[in-house]
Amino acid sequence: MGSRSSHAALIPDVDHIRRETGFSQASLLRLYHRFQALDREEKGYLSRLDLQQIGALAVNPLGDRIIDSFFPNGSQRVDFAGFARVLAHFRPVDEEDATIRDPKQPEPLNSRMNKLRFAFQLYDLDRDGKISRNEMLQVLRLMVGVQVTDEQLESITDRTVQEADEDGDGAVSFMEFTKSLEKMNIEQKMSIRILK
Amino acid sequence: MEGADLAVKVLSTWLTLVVGLIVLPSAFGLSLGISEFYMKILVKTLEVSAAEGCIIQRDESPMEKGLSGLRGRVFELSDVFYFSKKGLEAIVEDEVTQRFSSEELVSWNLLTRTNVNFQYISPKLTMVWVLGVLIRYCFLLPLRVTLAFIGISLLIIGTTLVGQLPDSRIKNWLSELVHLTCCRICVRSLSGTIHYHNKQYRPQKGGICVANHTSPIDVLILTTDGCYAMVGQVHGGLMGIIQRAMVKACPHVWFERSEMKDRHLVTKRLREHVADKKKLPILIFPEGTCINNTSVMMFKKGSFEIGGTIYPVAIKYNPQFGDAFWNSSKYGMVSYLLRIMTSWAIVCDVWYMPPMTREEGEDAVQFANRVKSAIAVQGGLTELPWDGGLKRAKVKDTFKEEQQKNYSKMIVGNGSPNLELD
Repeated sequence: MGSRSSHAALIPDVDHIRRETGFSQASLLRLYHRFQALDREEKGYLSRLDLQQIGALAVNPLGDRIIDSFFPNGSQRVDFAGFARVLAHFRPVDEEDATIRDPKQPEPLNSRMNKLRFAFQLYDLDRDGKISRNEMLQVLRLMVGVQVTDEQLESITDRTVQEADEDGDGAVSFMEFTKSLEKMNIEQKMSIRILK
Repeated sequence: MEGADLAVKVLSTWLTLVVGLIVLPSAFGLSLGISEFYMKILVKTLEVSAAEGCIIQRDESPMEKGLSGLRGRVFELSDVFYFSKKGLEAIVEDEVTQRFSSEELVSWNLLTRTNVNFQYISPKLTMVWVLGVLIRYCFLLPLRVTLAFIGISLLIIGTTLVGQLPDSRIKNWLSELVHLTCCRICVRSLSGTIHYHNKQYRPQKGGICVANHTSPIDVLILTTDGCYAMVGQVHGGLMGIIQRAMVKACPHVWFERSEMKDRHLVTKRLREHVADKKKLPILIFPEGTCINNTSVMMFKKGSFEIGGTIYPVAIKYNPQFGDAFWNSSKYGMVSYLLRIMTSWAIVCDVWYMPPMTREEGEDAVQFANRVKSAIAVQGGLTELPWDGGLKRAKVKDTFKEEQQKNYSKMIVGNGSPNLELD
């Protein structure tokens, strides 16, 4: 741990990141340590390979999709700001956020809408704002592997799309997605609490 | 000239003290109680602050609970949340990289190298730390280096001399004596305090001793309490000299690098060694690489195909006094040894366990897993299914398949999908 410092001041752009993500100084510091630990070659950014080395992530059925979410727009590198931005989606929702928030400011990254958007883009590969039947099938296939036959998977997909699809276009838009999950406790299911 | 005289006097008094107080008692297997005294003081001094542990609060519920599932539930759009949360948790903090970085201490033990998470240190603590540095580098380090030097030289000279003798019972006895004495000296050179438990299960001749691997010192720790035949690659340099000297006195099994690749050759030679009941038990570390002593990783099955009786041994270091883990991708041998010699001490427990043999209908992999569990339980280490080679390589797909199987079972049941008929 020789050259690595433990000072928040050495995180580049720390104030900007703090405002954008809503993480506390202490949390950002811990995440920065983690970022540096993952960045084995000390490049200053993470590549796909760095994330693929994480064992528990490599065996996660949605591992590749999750890794993709760190590299939007075809980029091949993610710096600490980008890293924190993705993780910010999973920040637990505090009571304070709702009250203090200035309505003119953009929505915090960990709002319910943004958490849902994160989940949505795990499905929506081509980023056209809709989950097509094919995209749904692909995600299902990732989660079940080779354990389920094509027919079974197609029936499950058809049923799910039918249930959520309101305007009958055969795909699930983001609005339809959020509507079908309106009763779900997203805040709890998509939150990771960082210990002080 | 006075300066030179003084220096010589100091040096000779120093050496006499060292030999008298440490080397000689080691030769007879005695202890003067100096180490115990040192350890007592050390423990008292190390009463410090701050509790730092994991980064995130983990929800360790199994997949069924995380997916709000009963058996036979249907696929929901929200199922993806569970996997994405688990994935992100792994990105923030995962078990494997935790296993490979040194065990995080609950409180700081005054070694800078373990001060990863403690940010604020009071002035009083700083003073104590400075004192600690002085003691460690200016007093302990030279002492330890001297001892190590004496130990290794004696080993090389001793084994070469004994190697000249013709094969006989006396030769074996002498070679054991030389090995044990030099090992004890080397252990003293690391301020090692080792507790051996269940000595009645100590590995016998013609058996295979299997242990979890944390550092090259493991070998030293085990050979201090008994003689083993080592297995390994022939190295160059100092290690090579030591290896060649040792094999003269007692039959170890050293392989050339090219031979190591030929698994059948390796297995054959080991089998031959084991079959000869007069030969010393073989010492093998099936994890294949150094793990950070908080868990036991997958045991490679090769050692378990040889046959013979397996004597499992669990080694657990106490991280409070010094971290023995060798992260070979981060530190070279010399810097590792320096780190060890400037730690406070090496304290560890060694548990000998009852011998195990392969049962009917058990294949090598199952047997290996059985032994691994036993060692993990005994040493208080957690078991991980990951391959130790994961440190440098990617993961096998079989683990992903298991998760997929679990999930499929939930949404599809026994092959008949649970559909709602419209």
